[in-house]
Amino acid sequence: MTRDVDAAALEAPPGKGRDLRALASHQIAGPLAALVIAVVVFTLSTSTFFQSENLALIAQQSVVVGTLALGQTLIVLTSGIDLANGAIMVLGSVVIGKMAVHGDPVTAALVGLVVCVAVGAINGALVSFLKLPPFIVTLGVMSVVAAGARLYTSSQSYPITSSFLTCLNDGPTVGGVTITYGVMLWVGLTAVLGYALSQTSWGVRVYAVGDNQRAAELAGIKVTRILLSVYVVAAVIYVFAAWQALGRTPTADPSGYANANLDSITAVVIGGTSLFGGRGGVTGTLIGALIVTVLQNGLTQAGIDSLYQQVATGVLVVVAVGVDHLVRRRQPR
Amino acid sequence: MTGTGSVPNVLQARGLTKHYGHVVAMDGCDFDLRPGEILAVIGDNGAGKSTLIKSLTGAVVPDSGTLSLDGEQVQFRSPLDARRAGIETVYQELGVAPALDISQNLYLGREQRRKGLLGTVFRQLDKRAMRHGSAQHMADLGIRIQSIGQKAETLSGGQRQAVAVARVAAWATRVVVMDEPTAALGVRETNQVLDLIVRVRERGLPVVLISHNMPNVFQVADRVHIHRLGRRIALVDPRSTSMEEAVALMTGARSPEPADTPDPLPAPSTGPAATPSTKGTQ
Repeated sequence: MTRDVDAAALEAPPGKGRDLRALASHQIAGPLAALVIAVVVFTLSTSTFFQSENLALIAQQSVVVGTLALGQTLIVLTSGIDLANGAIMVLGSVVIGKMAVHGDPVTAALVGLVVCVAVGAINGALVSFLKLPPFIVTLGVMSVVAAGARLYTSSQSYPITSSFLTCLNDGPTVGGVTITYGVMLWVGLTAVLGYALSQTSWGVRVYAVGDNQRAAELAGIKVTRILLSVYVVAAVIYVFAAWQALGRTPTADPSGYANANLDSITAVVIGGTSLFGGRGGVTGTLIGALIVTVLQNGLTQAGIDSLYQQVATGVLVVVAVGVDHLVRRRQPR
Repeated sequence: MTGTGSVPNVLQARGLTKHYGHVVAMDGCDFDLRPGEILAVIGDNGAGKSTLIKSLTGAVVPDSGTLSLDGEQVQFRSPLDARRAGIETVYQELGVAPALDISQNLYLGREQRRKGLLGTVFRQLDKRAMRHGSAQHMADLGIRIQSIGQKAETLSGGQRQAVAVARVAAWATRVVVMDEPTAALGVRETNQVLDLIVRVRERGLPVVLISHNMPNVFQVADRVHIHRLGRRIALVDPRSTSMEEAVALMTGARSPEPADTPDPLPAPSTGPAATPSTKGTQ
């Protein structure tokens, strides 16, 4: 956010502490610090961590959950939660995979898009028009969609041969390091969503709906429309995640990515987005997803049991929620 | 028919009724708001004040009766209708989004986009213009805050309510309605908000103030609408009526007399209280 000093200087006492406060209240400061600390620690403690190939690998390992987490962020910002996002992505990938066996891959991808958006719209309609709690709605939809993906494929996986469907794992090689199109897409989606959230009225309204739904309603915002749009946009992002997944592992497997929903929530929370809605953003989520992968990768490089990675991630989640709670409690009520 | 002859009432209601099943929430209720006045609406709990206010702001559609704005008959089917007609409402404690800054709160739902391609194609908000507009507006109303980019949650309760009032004053073109705006505030903050209400009136906007707090009402109101049993039983001047008298009327300890409604209202011969069906003569 740019600081518009002229307009802001209304009755402002000498700006003591204002910059500090702005920094502290900035959502990504904490996650960014955690990421930097983790990178520094692993760089000092292992010889292999801070090498360009390894860093590129970390980015590639982050893209699937990282992309899912972008959609999750939108929903969490409206004080919702999406437990179905992994299942929606898997449904999308098996629809694409099965259709692409004999059909045109681009058509298959478009059908996958339609299917995912339809499921997202059902979630959105149940949450917005019927005002059902997102946790329960998406829990139910997750169960139905996961079973649907298995029924559709008879629990069989489909190998992906189309180069279009796996192209996100390719990319230009710069100085011996491959930066995949998937990573570029992930960063690009983050940028587009970041812009939409911070620079458009849709974004302001998404935050307002998550922050204080009643106030948003009283201000004349059509809350149902905003909620519905958020679940639909999130579903579009899940299709990109499905595409990323097909690139990472060229197999459409109906039983894959079973924990992706919780992993995406982990990335969102570590990235500083409040589960109570209205605070946070996609940049933090991108950092959050990177933190999880860095821990995983770094601890492996350091030869530490991978169970400690889960311990570290769990601790970070609790710390992130604790910080959010403190921030929210400090405000006068 | 207009309220005061030469100048039409800004907002006027005649014979509003509303039933919820067998419960009569409004029973032939009249309402008059003059240009540039602060009209307080008082009444005991369950008197039907909120039904009246909701029908003035479109949240409730009355079963019968007429409503007119600047002499023209209107019908509000939703709060949006009332808002489009220039009537804005401040609520007790729900007006602001804490995580948004002051400027975002002031422009919430009415955001300004940038001019040119950035605005039309990229839908980019004109944050700078909105901050300038907000700062200007807050200064005009004499609201002191540190910075327009401050989040609402960093403000005190009184300042937050001031932001809610400023928001409403910025967008209302006809009428500002305030439903218990000071109920959640301390004494000092209440006084700040009352000052602000007076400044809103000074800018030419008439204010309907619903309040339980008699001293507040008598401090700022130009006239007091006393509500009882679903209708207006008196419309008094706070300079000639004491607080005790108003409370007595409100609670039914004293019966209203025609003199309690001294204005040249289109009052029926039997007095406003005795006739539920005070149909307007428009």
